[in-house]
Amino acid sequence: MQELKEVQSKLRPAMVEGEHSLASVTDKISDVTLKKTTPFGWFVGFGIAFIVSQLLLFSVVYLVYKGIGIWGNNQPVGWAFDIINFVWWIGIGHAGTLISAILLLLNQKWRTSINRFAEAMTLFAVACAGLYPLLHTGRPWLAYWLFPYPNTMGMWPQFRSPLMWDVFAVSTYATVSLLFWYVGLIPDLATLRDKAKHKGFRFVYGLFSWGWRGSARHWHRYEITYLLLAGLSTPLVLSVHSIVSFDFSVAQLPGWHATIFPPYFVAGAIFAGFAMVLILCIPLRHWYNMKDFITDQHLIYMGKIMLATGLIVCYGYAMEAFFGWYSASIYEFFMIKNRMWEGPYWWSYWALIFCNGLSIQLLWFKRFRESEFWLFTISVVVSVGMWLERFVIIVTSLHRDFLPSSWAMYSPTVFDWSMFIGTIGFFFTLIFLFVRFLPIISIFEVRTLLPDAQVEGGHHDDHSHDGGEKKAE
Amino acid sequence: MAGKESTADFASLKAKVLGKSGKEYWRSIEEYVDAPEFEEFVKREYPAHAEEWDSSLNRRNFLKVMGASLAFAGLTGCVVQPTERIIPYVNQPEDLIPGKPMFFATSMTLGGSSVGILAKSNEGRPTKIEGNPEHPGSLGATDVLTQASLLNLYDPDRSQEIRFRGTSKTWLEFVTKVRGIVEDTGATGGAGVRFLTETIISPTLIDQFKRLLAELPNAKWYQYDPVNNDNVFGGTKLAFGAPHNVVYKLEEADRILSIDADIFSGFNVRYMKDFAKKRKYHSDEKKDISRLYAIESTAGLTGAKADHRIGVKPSEILEIVKAIAVAVGVAGVTSSYKGNEKWIAEMAKDLVENKGRSVVMIGDNHGAQTQALVHAINEALEANGKTVVYTDPFVANADVPQMEQLRELIKEIDGGQVKALVILGGNPVYNTPADLKLDRKRLEKVQLRMHLGEHYDETAELCQWHVHAKHYLEGWTDTRAFDGTSAIAQPLIAPLYQGKSIHEVVQLFFKENYEQKDVDIVQTFWKGQSFDIEGATTFEDKWRKSVHDGFIPGTASAAKAPAVNKEFIAGIGTSSVKAGDLEFSILPDPSVYDGRFTNNGWLQEVPKPLSKTTWENVAYISPKTAARLGFNQSDRDPEELAGGGQGTSFINTMGGNLLSDGVKIKINGLEIGKDVPIWIQPGQPDDVITLFMGYGRARAGRVGTGLGYNAFDVRTSSNPYFGIISDIKAGGEKMTVASTQTHFNIQGREKQILQVFDLAAFNEDPTLGKQTDYYDLTMYPTEEYQKMYSENYKWGMAIDLNSCVGCNACVIACQSENNIPVVGKEQIEKSREMHWMRIDAYYGGDAESPSGPHFQPMLCQQCEQAPCEPVCPVHATVHSAEGLNDMVYNRCVGTRYCSNNCPYKVRRFNFMLYQDWDTPQYKLMRNPEVTVRSRGVMEKCTYCTQRISFARIEAEKQGRKVRDGEVVTACQSVCPTDAIVFGDLNDKESQVAKHKADKRNFTVLYDLNTQPRTTYLAGLKNQNKNMPDYVVPKKKEKKAQEGGH
Repeated sequence: MQELKEVQSKLRPAMVEGEHSLASVTDKISDVTLKKTTPFGWFVGFGIAFIVSQLLLFSVVYLVYKGIGIWGNNQPVGWAFDIINFVWWIGIGHAGTLISAILLLLNQKWRTSINRFAEAMTLFAVACAGLYPLLHTGRPWLAYWLFPYPNTMGMWPQFRSPLMWDVFAVSTYATVSLLFWYVGLIPDLATLRDKAKHKGFRFVYGLFSWGWRGSARHWHRYEITYLLLAGLSTPLVLSVHSIVSFDFSVAQLPGWHATIFPPYFVAGAIFAGFAMVLILCIPLRHWYNMKDFITDQHLIYMGKIMLATGLIVCYGYAMEAFFGWYSASIYEFFMIKNRMWEGPYWWSYWALIFCNGLSIQLLWFKRFRESEFWLFTISVVVSVGMWLERFVIIVTSLHRDFLPSSWAMYSPTVFDWSMFIGTIGFFFTLIFLFVRFLPIISIFEVRTLLPDAQVEGGHHDDHSHDGGEKKAE
Repeated sequence: MAGKESTADFASLKAKVLGKSGKEYWRSIEEYVDAPEFEEFVKREYPAHAEEWDSSLNRRNFLKVMGASLAFAGLTGCVVQPTERIIPYVNQPEDLIPGKPMFFATSMTLGGSSVGILAKSNEGRPTKIEGNPEHPGSLGATDVLTQASLLNLYDPDRSQEIRFRGTSKTWLEFVTKVRGIVEDTGATGGAGVRFLTETIISPTLIDQFKRLLAELPNAKWYQYDPVNNDNVFGGTKLAFGAPHNVVYKLEEADRILSIDADIFSGFNVRYMKDFAKKRKYHSDEKKDISRLYAIESTAGLTGAKADHRIGVKPSEILEIVKAIAVAVGVAGVTSSYKGNEKWIAEMAKDLVENKGRSVVMIGDNHGAQTQALVHAINEALEANGKTVVYTDPFVANADVPQMEQLRELIKEIDGGQVKALVILGGNPVYNTPADLKLDRKRLEKVQLRMHLGEHYDETAELCQWHVHAKHYLEGWTDTRAFDGTSAIAQPLIAPLYQGKSIHEVVQLFFKENYEQKDVDIVQTFWKGQSFDIEGATTFEDKWRKSVHDGFIPGTASAAKAPAVNKEFIAGIGTSSVKAGDLEFSILPDPSVYDGRFTNNGWLQEVPKPLSKTTWENVAYISPKTAARLGFNQSDRDPEELAGGGQGTSFINTMGGNLLSDGVKIKINGLEIGKDVPIWIQPGQPDDVITLFMGYGRARAGRVGTGLGYNAFDVRTSSNPYFGIISDIKAGGEKMTVASTQTHFNIQGREKQILQVFDLAAFNEDPTLGKQTDYYDLTMYPTEEYQKMYSENYKWGMAIDLNSCVGCNACVIACQSENNIPVVGKEQIEKSREMHWMRIDAYYGGDAESPSGPHFQPMLCQQCEQAPCEPVCPVHATVHSAEGLNDMVYNRCVGTRYCSNNCPYKVRRFNFMLYQDWDTPQYKLMRNPEVTVRSRGVMEKCTYCTQRISFARIEAEKQGRKVRDGEVVTACQSVCPTDAIVFGDLNDKESQVAKHKADKRNFTVLYDLNTQPRTTYLAGLKNQNKNMPDYVVPKKKEKKAQEGGH
């Protein structure tokens, strides 16, 4: 039996380390939120993020006042930082739903301790992303015309346009992600309600936990809802970024017009999303001493997923180059040459290959997968790389297209940067608020991972989702 | 003060005002008190209130008027009308239908000739300038300067009042002052009074001056223009004994040699028209075209278009002309010229073989001897009387070169003989040569200085008196076309600021009848002339007819073919310039001319034809010379900047050009005050640096002040056009040059983008440029669309690249017609120009001997399968039933996706609020038929949809189809070479359908299958097989190289 256990632990390593009981899990996670004193470090981090997010406010106000001419966009580079950042943020927003939905359906138990903040990250990233399509329009006050609403003009939006599809894809994704996240939060909010000492907190948490009492009926409905939402979000994970990639592949611009874009973009998004999850969870597990819940094993798994999706992305790069040549189109081949060595932006391509192609090769080795430092570093490098990928696709394809007479260079202005950095500040502001006021790890789900949870149910993990397994407090 | 005199004044004033309006009663008090005479009267009567006086009537002023004990006869109610007057026509003017534009013929004068125009008037506001199709100097076309002169009328920086030492004065005060001079100097016959004008061709004005100088025998009249006819008159004087006007008849010429005569940059569009006629080609009809040789000392449009071209140093031109003279058999000429022997010999042979049908043209910037020798060559070619004729000059005082006139004036000023200097037009303080500079020191020696000009410019600043001049669309005058045809120019609008015309100011100096309106002056003159107009007997009829037609037929100067007196040949020296010297050439700027258009935003922003630079003047240098001197040698890898690989290396310098070296240039001890940005220009002869006039203005206005360097700093009377640069060195600072095109290499996409063929090769095999037809390869229901188009109009455009010379006139015409904003240098640097139409330029050949650039007007191609349409999320760009790609500004939210997906990149986005919504003058100027776009909206060429609609409405009213030629787009109507043809493709007999039937017809980016309605006809080079620079035409590619996906 001992041997069997060893084999089992190798195949399915324990996802909660240390000596934990049901109560200690609850205490540990809810303490972060309910503790009277907020750690000083939180104030520092939140303060910085909040100040940086003011850059966004300033940039947006000036943008609306002056017009998008304050950016570096021009003819022929009609899209630049605006759409680069949009795709980048949307990509980051992918890991959350993937972890929540697909890993849930695939019964990957290790997802339970990271899904909560991965989902939060998704929401915040989508919020940042959503700013761009709105504000990148020349007349943002009329951007609602993209929505199909009954109007006196008798006009519908044009359903042939990928931007139109974007509106649906992104708004659906944001809605489902929000629901998914919120539904998953309800049992934990009830826990916090019960544990909170402060009246105000009790009231707020009570309000948002919708009278959750943890009855079997509640759990039954909860499970069904959660599973349905997981089923709903699963296609979204694939569809959102496929549709975002249509913005490019539907156009006829060399460098955009490629059939490989949808899978390549989805893989890229998951790649970027996991990188961001790592960037967030590595410091978090240190600062809040959550190593028991977010174990090294979690990090190793995420490293592996990054490696796998990164390799898909590299395949995409290779195919782009190959088809540039194989298509026998002079424009396509020129685009590849211009992108890789002849054009002025060659550095961005090679930086991208370094960031997304070379750096992840380290993850083949256990040493790097197990090192928090290396995982963090590689994740940062990959995040930069994914940004560069969008830069390469958008700017270097646009700046030299069909007629050489209209070729031009693009360079970002201070407002391009301030808005981008501002959204990063905004993102972290939201993350800090989330960390402070909501349980960063799903309490009740982590508890199902504990040996205690196995008492009444079967010993096989396959049945772990039987409703009866969960115990009310 | 208010004694008898003022009462008398008032009585006369009253009579005048009443007399003018021709009514017994005033309709309103404003009509009375707003009369300028009244304003002056009040200012004179109540000097203390002069400053407060405002012609807009407020209550205070009204009481003041009441208190002035005026006889308000006819005034019954004392209700003050609102100052903003919205008065409908009580009696609608004859022929005027509100909302419908009217066209009036008039003329624009520039330098020594004029062009007849038709100005479009919307409710009395001139809004667009078209050529007058019947005027011999226009034939319906205009050049870029004429198009843009409309903006000068509405320039808010125009001088708006009479000033004395900078403070506001009235016309009456000025008149009083002038009368004072007349009275003071009357006894001495105007001693010490000097008039300085620009080149004057107005017959009325010449007559005025003639009579005036008879009255004031001791007064003198000088003319000076920085770009003038001195050399033309000098050369003809040398050759024929008297100055003549040279008129080329290019419609008769099969072989043309242009020696620095850049006919495609000139104000005279007639030469372009005539040249293009001989250049017309149709694969099924006319297969022979004329041949153009060019010898240039500066890369220019003529060289770009020429079939054979060499670039030489300016000092070599005389020697080359001698060599040509020897080759064509002009007796008595010897030549020792080395270099280009074969080129000259073969070229001369070709000219001689086509005797009587060949002509040699010489640029006005070359000296009298060179000019005279060219006349001798033309005589030897039997061109005299056939392809070139001579007429008597119609410029006043053609005998004395203007430079000598200026020299005389300066001498007199320095000698203290000038007491009163009256500068009528022009800006001599800015544009006189450095050694004859009319600067502050000199001017202060003159007791009284007066200036008449449209702007309060450098000259106005140094004169005590300044009178604001009328724009040519505000006043009456008369003009002469290049061939001498007279025309009476009428105003289109009452002077916006009550400006004064030169006729009126000159009239003031007469002893009697001094206060006359320009219309009376011009009319009185023509009453005294005998001229016949068919069907008109009385003068009134003749006058009406000639004003209406815009010219007086049959008044062209008699063409003469005088014999060349060869005596001068013996006196021709040799050029003193040594090989290896760095030479300069100073030319008027292709956009702002000699500086009079510097404050014109349209002209500042229109890319210069060759370099595509904007908003300043650069100095051309050849790639080789730049490498030798180390200018603009970019640190960055040139291959990388150029997009590398294919093509020619000279284009690689463009990266260095945009961040160009600012150099310091010294010529004969004079130095250009500012750093000069160097521009490597392919085709520029080695060791020649070309400088351009018109910039470095200190007082041009809000647009033009401070832009560029001033070439007049180093221009001298002895070397006005050419000479040797004493010193040139990099100034240290890098200068940013705003160019709208940075890449001139076609990247091996000739077949897809711009086709140019050798004429003989194309005649042999007209399928040379044949493109694969992918028309049916589309997933959209083409048949349905085609059915709809066939039941409707199917608008299309053909652009003949063989005719296009890249002159830019269409760009400005489009800007004027479609209310296109000006964005400024910073925005151009960011590549955000707004022109709906641009002229793309691509070079062929290699770095050593570049050909071209070849020009390609690029505008919305109106694709039937438009890539911009399906990507717009809000239906802001949609297809019309006539197959055009319509842009709905109101619906546009500005995602810019359409522009990203446009392979021609012809869409333009309002990144900021580029349009000036506030300046009241611009509101008057705009075309009311075209929406004024705001910020955040995409825009593009519409094929002048407003003109299509206009024609369609007219046709529907009459129950017929729109006729061929009824819709003329703005670019088409202005084109001096008729390169652009527009019409209904359903009509097989239409011009555009016929053009498209030409085998040269090709589609840009045909491999994308966008099915554009705009197609191009390939350019042709009529090469001479014997020339040393003959390029063996490429045979048809065996293996079809196709793009596509």
